[in-house]
Amino acid sequence: MILKKKALSRELKNFTINFGPQHPAAHGVLRLILELDGEVVKRADPHIGLLHRGTEKLIENKTYIQALPYFDRLDYVSMMAQEHTYSLAVEKIAGVKIPRRAQVIRVIFAEITRILNHLLAVGCHAMDVGAMTPFLWAFEEREKLMEFYERVSGARMHAAYVRPGGVSLDLPLGFLDDLYLFCAQFNYRVDEIEEMLTGNRIWKERLVDIGVVSSKKAVDWGFSGVMLRGSGLPWDLRKTQPYEIYSEIDFSVPVGNSGDCYDRYLIRIEEMRQSLSIIEQAIQLIQEGPVKSTNYKLNPPSRSEMKVSMEAVIHHFKLYTEGIILPFGETYTATEAPKGEFGVYLISNNTEKPYRCKIKAPGFGHLQALNTMSKGHMIADVVTIIGTQDIVFGEVDR
Amino acid sequence: MDIKIKKMSELSKVVPILTYHRLADEKIIVTSHEKLLLSLTCLKKHIGYQYHMLTCVSGVDFLGKDYRFSVVYDLLSLTFNSRLRLKVFVNEVTAVPSIVDIFINADWWEREIWDLYGIYFDKHPDLRRILTDYGFEGNPMRKDFPLSGFVEFRYDESKKRVIGEPIELTQEFRTFTFEMPW
Repeated sequence: MILKKKALSRELKNFTINFGPQHPAAHGVLRLILELDGEVVKRADPHIGLLHRGTEKLIENKTYIQALPYFDRLDYVSMMAQEHTYSLAVEKIAGVKIPRRAQVIRVIFAEITRILNHLLAVGCHAMDVGAMTPFLWAFEEREKLMEFYERVSGARMHAAYVRPGGVSLDLPLGFLDDLYLFCAQFNYRVDEIEEMLTGNRIWKERLVDIGVVSSKKAVDWGFSGVMLRGSGLPWDLRKTQPYEIYSEIDFSVPVGNSGDCYDRYLIRIEEMRQSLSIIEQAIQLIQEGPVKSTNYKLNPPSRSEMKVSMEAVIHHFKLYTEGIILPFGETYTATEAPKGEFGVYLISNNTEKPYRCKIKAPGFGHLQALNTMSKGHMIADVVTIIGTQDIVFGEVDR
Repeated sequence: MDIKIKKMSELSKVVPILTYHRLADEKIIVTSHEKLLLSLTCLKKHIGYQYHMLTCVSGVDFLGKDYRFSVVYDLLSLTFNSRLRLKVFVNEVTAVPSIVDIFINADWWEREIWDLYGIYFDKHPDLRRILTDYGFEGNPMRKDFPLSGFVEFRYDESKKRVIGEPIELTQEFRTFTFEMPW
């Protein structure tokens, strides 16, 4: 029998599989179409939008105050960071300065939120890769932090606490004492998580040199936050474009070396420690004072004032029936949310409703680089990369 | 970070600008859609600007205007720590050139605008819907698209699948707009 050359070389077609949308490692409802060559990923095509709720459309039909709670529900693990951005955008158009106490409270909660987010990011990432224990420890700590949320706003997660013009209520009695106690013990919890992971052989085998992003590539893909710093660019909006009282606070920005998943993990751990130090400094800085601006076109007057002043009652009534009226204007305001640069592009048209409120979610920008990041890696590494990107579908799909 | 970003008037020597203005500390320039690619390339490559990062692209619908849609590009220069907003105004039939060749991450942002506003991006490599459902019709972020939409979904017990039907509202959607007497 004569062997033909054609019969010897077999043609193999790439294998296409569907990953998700219901998959525990997909961090929500991500549907991935993966083209595989054996176990190696040739192409990853993320299908998003399965959690699309039309937030931007809804915001256009709500008043400025009613639009605020939608921001809690975007990235539902870093709630107050987004309220904060939106409030800053509204304040910028209104041209309002907020009292110092409110600024310090906002910083405290922005950092609590950062810890909250990073605990979930590291914990869930570890669980996706196969380490169960840090996840349980992280969620124990998250519970404590969400209690702080509950004490100021009454809600564990969707707080609607940071409002345009300040924060909705002053801190309850004894709050800062308990926060200080939390800070004193939290460092040890981070140590424990690090003991389980940082030197762990399996953890390192799964993370080192996976999903490497060069600094040029990180800029090209418009990365922000940990994804950008992991590639060696010292860019943190709290330092470069400081808002609130961040310019007075002493903290450092951890930067990665090689741009792989392991570096990004180390940065998240270090950022938690830095956040802790920011909270401790903010506790020292906080002073007595009002927590809302006294501009009654933006914030309601106090209860006691409404008992004696007719004008205050009118202001209150106008504010809660008609809402805030912002003059013509537009702004792109961005803050350093735990996941990266969270921006709000707000256009106001002298009515009580925003004309356009575009939400720049960091996760949306990161997820579109999944294809380039996972190309050439094993299918199991795709899970690691999704974990390191810290994707939450509330903000990606909006 | 020592080198200060050049004045706006100098910008017009580099980039074909129609108008420019400042709002508070934000710089906004308007250009035409024919000059868009040139403008963005200049802003990205020019040594004095170096807007290497595209933060986001947003669409805006100005219903009732001659140029109905606006596409807004937010740029960020890491070198000079400066932000710049570039706007393009188009009507319903004009296509905007895709900028994927210049900023690779414009891909999804443009897909999103195509999905939600129906603005066509010329020479986009993969212009599919992104946020709305498979088989969705219409452009939901347009101002003339109602908030409640046109189709509602429910699970049909007899057909054993989810079916879509024209929406039926028991109560008309109410908008409370206030006229200001003062």
